[in-house]
Amino acid sequence: MHATPTIERILRGTAIALVCLFFMFPIAWIMLMSIQTNETILRVPPSVVFAPTFENYQALITGKLETAAGTLEINFMRNLWNSLLLSTSSVALGLVLGVPAAYAFARLKFRGSEDIAFTLLSFRFAPPLLVLLPLTIYFQQLGLANTYGGLIWVYQLIVLPLILWIVRGYFEDIPADIEYAYRIAGHGFWATFRRIALPLAGPGIAAAGLLAFIFAWNNFVFALVLASADKQPVTVGALAFVTASGIQYGQVAAGIVLSIAPTFALALYAQRYLVEGLSLGAVKG
Amino acid sequence: MTTTHTQSLPPGPRRHRFRVSRRMLPYLLSLPALLTCIGILIPFLTAVAYSLQRYRLSQPWARQWNWGQNYLNFLSDPAFWNTLKVSVTYALVTVVVELLLGLGIALLLQRRSRLNNFVSIMLLMPLMTAPALAALMWKLMTNPGFGILSYLAGLIGLGDFRWASDPQTAMLTVVIVDVWVYTPFIMILLLAGLRSLPQQPFEAAALDGVPRLFVFWRITLPMLTPFLLTATLFRVIESIQQFDIIYAMTQGGPGDRLTVFQVEAYLNFFQSTNVGRSAALLMILWAITYALSNVFIKNWLRLRERSRGNA
Repeated sequence: MHATPTIERILRGTAIALVCLFFMFPIAWIMLMSIQTNETILRVPPSVVFAPTFENYQALITGKLETAAGTLEINFMRNLWNSLLLSTSSVALGLVLGVPAAYAFARLKFRGSEDIAFTLLSFRFAPPLLVLLPLTIYFQQLGLANTYGGLIWVYQLIVLPLILWIVRGYFEDIPADIEYAYRIAGHGFWATFRRIALPLAGPGIAAAGLLAFIFAWNNFVFALVLASADKQPVTVGALAFVTASGIQYGQVAAGIVLSIAPTFALALYAQRYLVEGLSLGAVKG
Repeated sequence: MTTTHTQSLPPGPRRHRFRVSRRMLPYLLSLPALLTCIGILIPFLTAVAYSLQRYRLSQPWARQWNWGQNYLNFLSDPAFWNTLKVSVTYALVTVVVELLLGLGIALLLQRRSRLNNFVSIMLLMPLMTAPALAALMWKLMTNPGFGILSYLAGLIGLGDFRWASDPQTAMLTVVIVDVWVYTPFIMILLLAGLRSLPQQPFEAAALDGVPRLFVFWRITLPMLTPFLLTATLFRVIESIQQFDIIYAMTQGGPGDRLTVFQVEAYLNFFQSTNVGRSAALLMILWAITYALSNVFIKNWLRLRERSRGNA
């Protein structure tokens, strides 16, 4: 192994620093904005020297925005709660629907299995509005318009293909002989599924669930089309908040930070599985 | 232990009181997924029907089948050609930039070291940001009043640089946001690809003193091709359908500067309530993505088989 020339090391270092600057700066800047008052945000030239304040977060959490014109009610906590509720429930439902199906696709060859699996996969690539626009009309007729249940069902469009294809891969990686041996020992199909297959695919199921949660949390268009203000998640709520709050930029920044923090934390926790999840199970990290 | 593709379990002994027939079992397990498929296919078929109708929400009495008329109208409709042009431009520019940048970063971070691993994890954060919120972040940074980027543009002599609100630079601005969010996607896929390549060819080349540029073009790139193809196709399919970033940033404006397919269809449906035209637009977008996704899935399956084989 020969030593890398100094010039090359400097160039590499500079390149990495520039890359970090471009990708990290927006997040850092919004975080800084979120702990400033409007006066310091609006200063020209902008400066990073200011007395940090947490009143933006306080305003969001208490739901009261003190402005010169009076007190403004903000319901951002409601949006956060909606995001949490919608993402958690749709992932739970997706796991209940998707894991048994993934097992069937992995283990039991049956007529039409690949067709169903690929149809589900192709939903991942169809324009969401193609399904959403007719649904707005159907939902009115079915009484599902602006209900959590309707939204959770539509969220399966992103959650289910992801869970199905990642978990299927994990089931396929378990040698069939292990399950066979357990069944020879006199255990039934369900017992084998519950005691052997599920625990062995456990990490994969957890990873698929975490990723599906991130995708559900980050979704924008479903709720934009199908939910009104009281059911909207943070992605849609934040946009409405910008219009409603006028010039309260500090609070908008704080709202963004609160909205992206959960996915960041989950991504850090699940980073080992991110590659696999993002490629729908095709590439291992 | 070699795991062959989909091994069937032979029937084992049963002790259950109630028996599910073996032939029915797989269908029972996948029934919910099957129902979801049907549940999604119904609105899809409805959209096909809408696209063949004259249907405006504001004039329900005038609703009638007009068969291909919505599609025929596109031929002489400058707004449609603008949508097609803007969508294709957006998809091509974002994907080319992201591919080059993503490949470059992956090569920079290829060697496993603590710093490189840390940087590659940090770079995932934009990808984990909801695209709509990412657009909002950039909107705050490009605000003409206090945006840091507007200020910096002023410093380098670009005076009144209006980013997304100027028709001249609106496309550039949303492309930057897209590049910010999605370059890490390509980077992380290519990084996994680079690190999974067999080492022998590289060792042999190093031993023979083959120039590094030659190694890159003749060994690295060809071996990386399946990863490059999968990442590129995936991104093209998503990028031509981009909605969140553009809608959150400018709602398709200024004017019709950024009315890509899904934004135009959304505006047609909710603002001009022209359901027929909206559905026809989405059908054309669907045809494009369907063709692309078939190529993608073939590639993706090959890659999937391969990484299963390595497991």
